[in-house]
Amino acid sequence: MRSSFTHRHAPWLFPAPAVALVAVIIVYPIAYTGWMSLHEWFASSLARPRFIGLGNYARILLGDPRFREAVVRTIYFTVLAVAAETVLGVAMALLFNREFWGRGLLRTLAILPMVATPTAIALVFVMMYHPTLGVANYLLTVVGLSGFRWTYSSQTALYAIAVVDVWQWTPLIMLIALAGLASLPREPYEAAHLDGASTWQAFWHITLPLLRPTIVVAILFRAIDALKTFDVIFVMTQGGPANATETINLLLFNQAFSYFNMGYASSMAVALFALVMGASLILIKARRTAAW
Amino acid sequence: MVRGSATRRWLGTAGFYALAVLFMLPTAFVFYWMLTLSLKPQVEATAFPPSFVRFTVTLAGYREVFTKYPFVLYTWNSLVVATGCTLLGLVVGLPAAYSIARWRQQRLAVVILVARIIPGIAYLIPWYIFFRSLRMVDTYGALILTHLIVGLPIIIWVMISFFEDVPADLADAALIDGCSHFGVFGRIALPLVKPGVVATAILSFVFSWNNFLFSVILAGRSTRTLPIAVYTMISYEEINWGTLAAAATLITLPVLLVALLAQRHIVTGLTFGAVKQ
Repeated sequence: MRSSFTHRHAPWLFPAPAVALVAVIIVYPIAYTGWMSLHEWFASSLARPRFIGLGNYARILLGDPRFREAVVRTIYFTVLAVAAETVLGVAMALLFNREFWGRGLLRTLAILPMVATPTAIALVFVMMYHPTLGVANYLLTVVGLSGFRWTYSSQTALYAIAVVDVWQWTPLIMLIALAGLASLPREPYEAAHLDGASTWQAFWHITLPLLRPTIVVAILFRAIDALKTFDVIFVMTQGGPANATETINLLLFNQAFSYFNMGYASSMAVALFALVMGASLILIKARRTAAW
Repeated sequence: MVRGSATRRWLGTAGFYALAVLFMLPTAFVFYWMLTLSLKPQVEATAFPPSFVRFTVTLAGYREVFTKYPFVLYTWNSLVVATGCTLLGLVVGLPAAYSIARWRQQRLAVVILVARIIPGIAYLIPWYIFFRSLRMVDTYGALILTHLIVGLPIIIWVMISFFEDVPADLADAALIDGCSHFGVFGRIALPLVKPGVVATAILSFVFSWNNFLFSVILAGRSTRTLPIAVYTMISYEEINWGTLAAAATLITLPVLLVALLAQRHIVTGLTFGAVKQ
């Protein structure tokens, strides 16, 4: 037996709980953050929020050199990490795109860093990076290089954290590129082979253009997450030493939860969202043009 | 001539495996190092040069994790929050994904996609203000609800593609036979997408288990989850490296094992189905 009311209205009854939940846990908080960004309010004081219009935005864009540095640092970190991951990941995909003994093992090994708890991984890297006792510097001396101070020096800290990101996420790009390679058509290669093209020419003129949309998607997802990196930086350096690893997320976290400067932090959150959204749109556009 | 080409092929294979080992060595090494550090006594954990293969095996690090810190409580908290988030996410997310797939509700799908892009910290500020005024900081409810921000979009998005693969004829035939939409969903569609449900449940569990940002602010003394516990441990400078490594191993081993069950779907989950494997 079916009741006609629920039957007729099924198309909105089915998603109704999810819509209600999304409205409460996602839409409302975002609207609140947008509204809060127009106020000055310290959550630690008893004073009520004071409406100041775009005052916070004027301050982060014009009056706060620390925020500007954090923006540059966030973009620099993202470009650095994602570029390394893309080059390495695509190279690995090209290498592993064949039948070989141990393929299953490779896939399993590639999955592990992506699902490992980031704080636990950060903790292991903290110990490996120790300037005098860490295994990283020991391995460098074995191959004849001098050690670094890794996350303990403001000159190398951001790179040391980028290494962790590359370690964790290169496999994602590799797996996406492998899936892309598996779906490439065979005919262009046969034609190129008949025309006497070299392996390198085939790669440059066939594989790369055909793989481009896949690679752009991989970069898109990595860039979105790299811009928002928080756990690893927070555990390893808390933004230090001397602010060398203070990305937007770290700066804004401290503004919100150390100084309770909620309005100001909210405006930074909106700015970070704009940055992530902007990067996404550029990459989505790049994918469209790549698909010709 | 023949022998020459056989040698070349053999060299090619050897070269391939050498490169493969070179590329995958860093991945394996970090896990190997975490595991061996956790089994070393303090003197050997901080020995320089470090020992790679030969060392005294001890479980002192693990013992210390459980005796010096309320690690059982932390593990329980992580389990409760991740399970709660996953169950609630499935109950709410599965019908929504079915509905988006069947009635092409694209607008809802776009909202879910945007939720994935928004930085987590933009949710955290209002959540913190609300939960503080409701005196709900340090409750399972606060943690489960915020973890749903990560879990629900993954469940919905990945399940949409599974439900899209259910043949529409099957549902239409059942409707003509007098089955309700709820019957079609429960008795026809759901059994067909069971592998997808298992995979998304695992994904959502893993993401909740690993979550740090929401928990570091909203968990307190009694609901502290494992990632927060490790962060708290690291601030004690004098701590034993063996103990730290044991804690890291204990936190991450369960998700690594569980995730292996959903290997095939992890990339789909991480890329929101943009890449199907």
